[in-house]
Amino acid sequence: MQILKWTRRGLMAGAAGAALAVGAAMSPAAAQTPPGVLIVGQIAEPKSLDPAAVTAQNDFRILVNLYEGLVRYAPGTLEPEPLLATDWEISEDGTEYTFNLREGVTFHDGTPFNAEAVKFNFDRMLDEDHPYHETGPFPLAFFFSAVENVEVIDDLTVKFTLNEPFAPFLSNLAYPTGLLVSPDAVRAQGQDFGRNPVGTGPFRFAEWASNERVVLERNVDYWGEPAGTEAVVFRPITDANTRVAELLAGGIDVMVEVPPTSLSQFEGEQFEIHEQAGPHVWFLILNAKEGPFADKLVRQAANYAVDKEAIVNDVLEGTAEVAAGPIPPAFAWAYNEELDPYPHDPERARDLLAEAGVENPEVTFYVTEGGSGMLDPVPMATAIQADLAEVGFDVNIETYEWNTFLGEVNPGLEGKADMAEMAWMTNDPDTLPYLTLRTAAFPEDGGFNSGYYSNPEVDDLLEQARTATDQDERARLYKEVQAIVKEDAPWVFVANWKQNAVTNDRVEGFELEPSFLLQLQDVTKD
Amino acid sequence: MGGYILKRLLSAVPVLLGITVIVFLIMSLIPGDPATAILGAYATPENVEKLNRDLGLDEPMIERYFIWLYNMLQGDFGRSYSLNRPVLDEILERFSATLILAGTSFILCSILGILAGVVSAARQYGMADKLITFVVLIGISVPSFFLGMMMILLFAVNLRWLPVSGMYAIYGGGDLPDLIRHLTMPALALSAVATGVIARMARSAMLEVLRQDFVRTARAKGVHERRVITRHALRAAMVAIIPVLGIQAGFVLSGAVYIEIVFQWPGVGRMLVDAILTRDLLLVQGGVVFVAACYVLFNIAVDVAQSLLDPRIKT
Repeated sequence: MQILKWTRRGLMAGAAGAALAVGAAMSPAAAQTPPGVLIVGQIAEPKSLDPAAVTAQNDFRILVNLYEGLVRYAPGTLEPEPLLATDWEISEDGTEYTFNLREGVTFHDGTPFNAEAVKFNFDRMLDEDHPYHETGPFPLAFFFSAVENVEVIDDLTVKFTLNEPFAPFLSNLAYPTGLLVSPDAVRAQGQDFGRNPVGTGPFRFAEWASNERVVLERNVDYWGEPAGTEAVVFRPITDANTRVAELLAGGIDVMVEVPPTSLSQFEGEQFEIHEQAGPHVWFLILNAKEGPFADKLVRQAANYAVDKEAIVNDVLEGTAEVAAGPIPPAFAWAYNEELDPYPHDPERARDLLAEAGVENPEVTFYVTEGGSGMLDPVPMATAIQADLAEVGFDVNIETYEWNTFLGEVNPGLEGKADMAEMAWMTNDPDTLPYLTLRTAAFPEDGGFNSGYYSNPEVDDLLEQARTATDQDERARLYKEVQAIVKEDAPWVFVANWKQNAVTNDRVEGFELEPSFLLQLQDVTKD
Repeated sequence: MGGYILKRLLSAVPVLLGITVIVFLIMSLIPGDPATAILGAYATPENVEKLNRDLGLDEPMIERYFIWLYNMLQGDFGRSYSLNRPVLDEILERFSATLILAGTSFILCSILGILAGVVSAARQYGMADKLITFVVLIGISVPSFFLGMMMILLFAVNLRWLPVSGMYAIYGGGDLPDLIRHLTMPALALSAVATGVIARMARSAMLEVLRQDFVRTARAKGVHERRVITRHALRAAMVAIIPVLGIQAGFVLSGAVYIEIVFQWPGVGRMLVDAILTRDLLLVQGGVVFVAACYVLFNIAVDVAQSLLDPRIKT
């Protein structure tokens, strides 16, 4: 009897407590997000909102809505078009770029946008003696290392002089590192500018609550078409499952980088899935200096052996496409359409190995647990290991955390490994091959050619392409590079990632760009 | 008593110094450096060297350690380069969020745990004991992050009673009811394991005390059973329970890391994880030292509380 009484009382107390808790909690908690305010689920907290100081795609997504550069990538392409510069002239020798600036543009703090402001931006980044250089460091300043000086011709004309012709210059200007900040705001804020950003874009900065949100408001004085929403809120949600749950529960309107396995939850009327192939390549660096991959036949065998279709469709659930060569198809103008990916042909791979005289080559394979653009590196590596084993390779996987991995791979694979995973996202077809496939880009010379691929013909073509200012001529050269590199097989070409995003049915006008930048000014929300 | 507290505080100094050495060494010796983390794919040796120089990381290690320690003793924890703001500002802001979460969980698990333990012990092998033991074992066995995710699916996604994540609503929030709505799930998920552990310990401590002579004497004197348990036995058992609470406070604090990630709670645990991944040396070092100092102080407080409760402990 005693026991029963105790228990009953306990149960009652427990139930009352639970009811109270639930009651308190049930009040309109998951209220709908307000109309006209777009809430974006980001993958991480931004580092800084100073465009010269950051390197992450995650930060760029915010920046391109706050700031503008002289040029931008035309919607749907990776080709520069006028933005704060209305037009420009390039000198015959390709070393002088003179930009005419848009009239009547002001920064969010009311100061005018002019040639002085442009000069201030580039001097701050490039001149170590500039009074505001210490507001850095500026890790991607080398994008503009060809710039010798910036000259104010008149209030609305500015001239860049380069130390050599540098064809990717315009597309580097369109990259977020080329976004322009208000000189007055930098002078006023100093090191804190990155948390109090001032630009010229369709949105102005309103609030940054650490690890909760960054809020941008519509810039009512914008020189162009005003933004479609009153405000955009960027929420950092590092855990992908939580991000998915927030979108399902209506807490966010847009989610970027949806895990492939979660996409099926958003099939239905209530959500829209967006996909866009971008300038991304996922590949395996092969050590062409020593070991089995020093032989071109073995490198080709590896390309035939890996079942790329299975990787993109099964491991990556269709969120990537099979890569055919070193330049991704997103660079439509420079992409060699005639090249097909290496087919999956284990028989041919075995023949090539036999021809090379190595039936069972033993290879060490560096794998990372995850990292920028690396997609799903561990499952991809095990699939690759199995494919290679099928044709006779004996593959030993060594797995490293991302920063450690870069510290091992970037200095070169010599004496350590035969093969390593790698992925790049670039803004110009020049960047990746120039930094990773030239003889002069061996790690000891400060490049990223960690597999020591060397072909004088490719070196020559890449130098020519970099100094040619005519786009058709550049395209011809890059297409030739792709054909040679595919044949030489310094890498196993695996995948080109398609960036994805999901929006709910309240969002209109959302588009992903091949640049992977998130332009939100035309988006509306009811 | 004052002398005892002072002695304990002094003995904490070498502990904290040791922690500064260890965390500094670990952060300096793990592979990968801040410049590589910042530059990512663009980390050429040349770029890395220049950036490390800009970040002041080209000085010898010993020198960097003493500069860091000296500055920290003066309250200057340095500047986080991944967040571009003073380390101490970030820590204080984030630590207050963690304190709200971990503090609530700690209070929850202490009350629920002791209550469950006492009831279990009072009714050993009875219905209540069996039921509580069963629930407690589930609480101990389910990993908190999994429990958290399941709670999100049920209460936020399906029932839509509670918000999925964050500390305050993005719009129109910021008051106490808003905080409670956001706090409910993470606090419960975080306290589950600790509640179970405390309940188990409280149960066995109570059982041991209930067997002692003074309890028998109290009963023989005709003291009401409720009073025997709450006044006589529980008070004596608290001496054994309080150190467990101290340890569980540490577990709650470290468990907050997972919960903060699952629920996007803007706390210090998530900050440390992010800081380690970006090799934000000063933020990791400052954060670890700060959390360690709090933990050491908390344990001193627990010891003091224990000595107040139990006159047998020499002060």
